[in-house]
Amino acid sequence: MGQVVYTKDHEWLSIKDDVITIGVTEFAQQQLGDVVFVELPDVGSTLSIGDEAAVIESVKAAGEISVPLGGVVVSVNESLIDEPELLNSAPETDGWIFRLTPTIAVDLRDFMDAGQYQQYTQDGE
Amino acid sequence: MSEIHDIKTTQLYSRHLQAGGKMVSFAGYLMPVQYSSGIMQEHLHTREQAGLFDVSHMGQFIVQGVGAALALEGLMPVDLEALAINQQTYATFTDVSGGISDDLIVTRWAEDTFFLIVNAACKAQDFQRLQVHLADSADIRLSELDLHSLVALQGPRAKDIMAELSSDAARLIFMHGCSASINGIDCYITRSGYTGEDGFEISVANHHADRLADILLAYDACQWIGLGARDSLRLEAGLCLYGHDMDLNTTPVEAGLSWSISKSRRNNGAKQGGFLGEDTILAQLSAGVSKKRVGFLVSGKAPVREGSEIIDDQGTVIGIITSGGFGPTLQAPLAMGYVPIEYSKEGTALTALVRNKPRSIIVAKMPLVPQRYYRG
Repeated sequence: MGQVVYTKDHEWLSIKDDVITIGVTEFAQQQLGDVVFVELPDVGSTLSIGDEAAVIESVKAAGEISVPLGGVVVSVNESLIDEPELLNSAPETDGWIFRLTPTIAVDLRDFMDAGQYQQYTQDGE
Repeated sequence: MSEIHDIKTTQLYSRHLQAGGKMVSFAGYLMPVQYSSGIMQEHLHTREQAGLFDVSHMGQFIVQGVGAALALEGLMPVDLEALAINQQTYATFTDVSGGISDDLIVTRWAEDTFFLIVNAACKAQDFQRLQVHLADSADIRLSELDLHSLVALQGPRAKDIMAELSSDAARLIFMHGCSASINGIDCYITRSGYTGEDGFEISVANHHADRLADILLAYDACQWIGLGARDSLRLEAGLCLYGHDMDLNTTPVEAGLSWSISKSRRNNGAKQGGFLGEDTILAQLSAGVSKKRVGFLVSGKAPVREGSEIIDDQGTVIGIITSGGFGPTLQAPLAMGYVPIEYSKEGTALTALVRNKPRSIIVAKMPLVPQRYYRG
């Protein structure tokens, strides 16, 4: 993993060279409950900031993951097709969702670091 | 929290918080959608052990007085005069067009005393409907048991727990009830529920509710279950949820609830008709319906949820999903919805649109998980 930053929507972004791996945080996982299905983006698709990139379905509801920055999807975590529960058991490692190459250079000031994110979740959003 | 006005809590609210209940607003009440162990575990626990549900948000009414049975029959197509004392029946309140304005359980407490349990979201309207309907019957009194809680103990171990607490209640068969005392607490207990499992519903005065819950939860087999699992359990059991799988736009016949219409109230019955919407409902019973509620098995893992359109192989929208989700016992998604009668045959392959993606669904016989009621 490279440098990891967080969004207000409880996503984590691991930035390494020009590829960004995106997933949801442990906090988000707890809020979602038991995940039963993950709808992944199409590899090669171009997403703009705010676009719906993935849908996480728990027993009770569907939650959308919007992309926190524009880019092209270069890979998706196909393990989630058969093992959606990875999002519960390992949301910040094996349960990563997709990777993209950003359209424009990432400005880290748009995101929180681990300390800021922890504070953010403690403040109850 | 202070900006939420007029939201009510049940007597057991503090017990829910202690159990890690995640409280959500439901029908004007703050209710636990799940506890710390989560919907999946809670659902499976209920199917394997025993789950305790707080359903105190539901309305509990008493209708009492000479002629109460016949008077109530004017609002619902069931034969209440034929009910034995302490027997209960499922019923629907119909409206003039034959649509369903609520569903309920009616228990005959005594010759002229009926105990009604109605949906939380409909209870004010139901009370008013009863009040207006009974206004001309001076001898019949309507009251709400508003100082009472209602809990459901559901699952295969429920009977073992009840056997230790009340032998009378433990001997009940499905859709029967009795007054009972649990460790000195007066209750009215029925063998019924909304999970498809064997189990009991217990009406108890609010000031005893916490102690009763503690007594039940002291059994290792018993744990709190939230509304989330209640929904997945009833969906697997093929049971309708009012406001979703039936409403004013669907009749009991279309909703697959013809079984709840007593023979005596049907065509050529001894008390034919005599309820709101009888023309429509009796005509449908003899001539059939053009649309019908059916169950669906879903291919793949993606849940197909309420509101998804159902299309035929030409892409024409022919129906809608009214309930859907993931079935923890089925270990697959499942749904129910309405389709034209020509598409309602078991095994019919259709497509549901989920976020504009086609998902294959197949009409399947409900319940998708067998009911395990205790019928003696």
